[in-house]
Amino acid sequence: MHNKTLAELSLGLQAKTYSSVELTQLFLDRINQHQQLNAYITVTPELAMAQAKVADQRLANGTADLLTGIPIAQKDIFCTQDVMTTCGSKMLANFSAPYNATVVDKFNQAGAIMLGKLNMDEFAMGSSNETSYFGAVRNPWNLNSVPGGSSGGSAAAVSARLAACATGTDTGGSIRQPAALCGITGLKPTYGRVSRYGMIAYASSLDQGGPMTRNAEDAAIVLQTMAGFDEKDSTSVDVPVPDYRAGLNKSLAGLKIGLPKEFFGEGLDENVAATLATAFDEYRRLGAEIIDITMPNLKLAIPAYYVIAPAECSANLSRFDGVRYGYRCENPVDLTDLYTRSRGEGFGKEVKRRILMGTYALSTGYYDAYYLKAQKIRRLISEDFKTALASVDVIMGPVTPSTAFGIGEKIDDPIAMYLSDIYTIAINLAGVPAMSIPAGFVAGMPVGLQLIGDYFSEDRLLNIAHQYQQVTDWHNFIPTGFE
Amino acid sequence: MEWETVIGLEIHTQLSTCSKIFSGAATAYGAEPNTQACAVDLGLPGVLPVLNQEAVRMAVIFGMAIEANIAPYSVFARKNYFYPDLPKGYQISQMDHPIVGIGHLDIEVDGEIKRIGVTRAHLEEDAGKSLHEDFHGLTGIDLNRAGTPLLEIVSEPDMRNAKEAVAYMRKLHELVRYLGICDGNMQEGSFRCDANVSVRPKGQAEFGTRAEIKNINSFKFVEKAINHEVERQIAVIESGGKVVQETRLYDSVKDETRSMRSKEEANDYRYFPDPDLLPVIIDEAFKAKIKAELPELPDAKKLRFKADYHLDEESIAILTASRALADYFEAVHKKSGCEAKLCANWITGDLSAALNKAGLEIGSSSINEERLSGLLLRINDGTISGKIAKQVFELLWQSAESADHIIAEQGLTQISDTGAIVAIIDKIIAENPNQVEQYRSGKDKMFAFFVGQVMKAMQGKANPAEVNKILKERL
Repeated sequence: MHNKTLAELSLGLQAKTYSSVELTQLFLDRINQHQQLNAYITVTPELAMAQAKVADQRLANGTADLLTGIPIAQKDIFCTQDVMTTCGSKMLANFSAPYNATVVDKFNQAGAIMLGKLNMDEFAMGSSNETSYFGAVRNPWNLNSVPGGSSGGSAAAVSARLAACATGTDTGGSIRQPAALCGITGLKPTYGRVSRYGMIAYASSLDQGGPMTRNAEDAAIVLQTMAGFDEKDSTSVDVPVPDYRAGLNKSLAGLKIGLPKEFFGEGLDENVAATLATAFDEYRRLGAEIIDITMPNLKLAIPAYYVIAPAECSANLSRFDGVRYGYRCENPVDLTDLYTRSRGEGFGKEVKRRILMGTYALSTGYYDAYYLKAQKIRRLISEDFKTALASVDVIMGPVTPSTAFGIGEKIDDPIAMYLSDIYTIAINLAGVPAMSIPAGFVAGMPVGLQLIGDYFSEDRLLNIAHQYQQVTDWHNFIPTGFE
Repeated sequence: MEWETVIGLEIHTQLSTCSKIFSGAATAYGAEPNTQACAVDLGLPGVLPVLNQEAVRMAVIFGMAIEANIAPYSVFARKNYFYPDLPKGYQISQMDHPIVGIGHLDIEVDGEIKRIGVTRAHLEEDAGKSLHEDFHGLTGIDLNRAGTPLLEIVSEPDMRNAKEAVAYMRKLHELVRYLGICDGNMQEGSFRCDANVSVRPKGQAEFGTRAEIKNINSFKFVEKAINHEVERQIAVIESGGKVVQETRLYDSVKDETRSMRSKEEANDYRYFPDPDLLPVIIDEAFKAKIKAELPELPDAKKLRFKADYHLDEESIAILTASRALADYFEAVHKKSGCEAKLCANWITGDLSAALNKAGLEIGSSSINEERLSGLLLRINDGTISGKIAKQVFELLWQSAESADHIIAEQGLTQISDTGAIVAIIDKIIAENPNQVEQYRSGKDKMFAFFVGQVMKAMQGKANPAEVNKILKERL
């Protein structure tokens, strides 16, 4: 039953083939059996069972939604009322929010069941889920490999069938990269499509929540619930939300796919490149035309990102000061001591590194050279996407340079770690939507294909992904031991 | 050497919106600590600011009133520093793109009009309060004030002495209250001032090194603090020292300024645009709408009062000090149809005194325009004398009755009946032969004695003109 997609599970619930209580119990048992993955930080069995009972009533009285009774899990970056929200940090290890994130409210209204909160890199800073205060998450395809990050717990949980779907957040690739490394489907929506209210900020101008699911159809269902204007988030955009499932079956005949040459140069594992080439062949068979394009400013994405994101995070994380909530050092002697020790002891190494980088980049005398320069580059990159998407319908490329790397392999080499996001970061800087879908395996490890579309073209991306998944089976493979 | 003082003021006006600038929490003063701070004000993880459009409207109104350039595009920025009463570790303010650009305000000092430049005015959020007493060596934090909207109005260094600074501050205080964008309550911190002060040898073009005096919360203290600082700076220079750029605090108890922090210790605020908020876009249509709603401003009102009502400068100054008082005057004038001078005298005199005594603003006066008009009508038509009117005024103040009702009930109608007055006068002349003798032998002052006696006997109700006339005849 756990191998069914969300869409299939929803049909089963509607048909009363099984109840939400049964389904929820099944997933809770699986979470319990597979604790070695360390995918969850908090499991909420009592809450889940209570929600399942209510969902079964809704299913019985005909007020059910597609998500009613479906067991899902939230990345631990979304605030959940009266349930711990740690953001993967010691700083918030004791923090229980007095309110729900808008996204959490939306899932609750839809009648989804929350199984718990998923592990993640501390404050979403990391590409391997190794910076979590609660320990590394293991990749279900190889327990010695990383699941990617920062939404590593989400990717591992969906891949191992420990939740029917999960939420993730993506600032520089944090949905797409783990989705690729764990062989699932991940969608980073257009910036402003999903409310950021109650989603703990890393880099506000780049952060965007989105679905992590088994396939594109599930992503369409979940995005339908997550998306929409929120008056509590000034950066959310008041654009109507289309019916994402309605367009899934459109033909791809005449689709123009652009392949930026910058995505296929040095640094890309040749086996990954070969796997992607077969995916492009598949798209040709579906009627698409492949066009070589160039996006000259993509190479500037990583340096620009590592100025802008740390700059914003250096301010966003100032509120964690030991004064009102979260970690506070023992017996502070004065105010400075309270600040320096609470933050020194409460934050991990990567978080501190980025706060320091950001503080430096914003300092008097450096602001123009770093922050303003990076903003200019950001505009150039956005222009590259606009230009490219004026001539093609979708841009495709790799999500990651290689398949999942080993736990411990890059954690002491931040530059190598940063480079693993080389294909995803530019998308956040431009704010366009992008997906990662399973496209094959290299040495038994999943490979992701990235689809990048124009602003608010999530429906088109889902259609392009869904059509591929109708003729391929990569998204249906199950990691050994989690069948 | 002769020294010249240069002063620029930064004035923080608390905008009188119902809710905070970035959250829905109330802004009312004096609530129990931390009862008016919501998740956004507390800076909880994941919360986001949403701009209160009313604060934007108020800033634009102000900009229009000082004939400033209203920025079509303004940006909120984060000002980063750590302090326990600053929940997010940054204050949302405006830096490079303030909402109000260059404008001006005209002040009058010793009969001279002087134009003071306003460099800019920007929107920002207030911080909370740190309470150092009553916590046994610890500090309490009250975040009720956190997120209260402020308009920081920055002047050009155009003032040359403390008197000008006070005149500018008063003028601004009057203006923001006129515009209805700030209650101007200085005790509650709704209108606070930082003064930048420097001195230079007279005739020198460059400015001297300035010191910033923080948080001065009364007109009196601004004058004292500036004068004090000027003396201090001159003394430093004349004894061979150098003024250092620093922030100083004025101690009103000791009447001195003392150093808070030097330039070197100052924070690097690392301003950058707040990614949680969109730029504020103000179009011509919005400006036109605000312009149409702009009330008559103090200077224009003063000129009109002079032209229309021919009142003396002092009365005009008092009446136009607030929009509410000016409106009150005009309503009374219109309703009663009495001479402007009579209306003005009663409002600036008895009514103002009664309001002061009770500590009330005109808006909460126990005598409204209608009831005061009722009183003035009876003075005007001779029903009561000015003296009796004061008695009626007292009763008006204490009750909710009309002047006519009070006059009738108390039997205060002025007696103009010559017969009654003659009878009393004759009686008094008969009873006071000595005084009559003195008067008739040329002691004119005795006349007042007889007037007094008559009024006393008639309980003040006699028509004074009649009394005078008849007394002269009979004596």
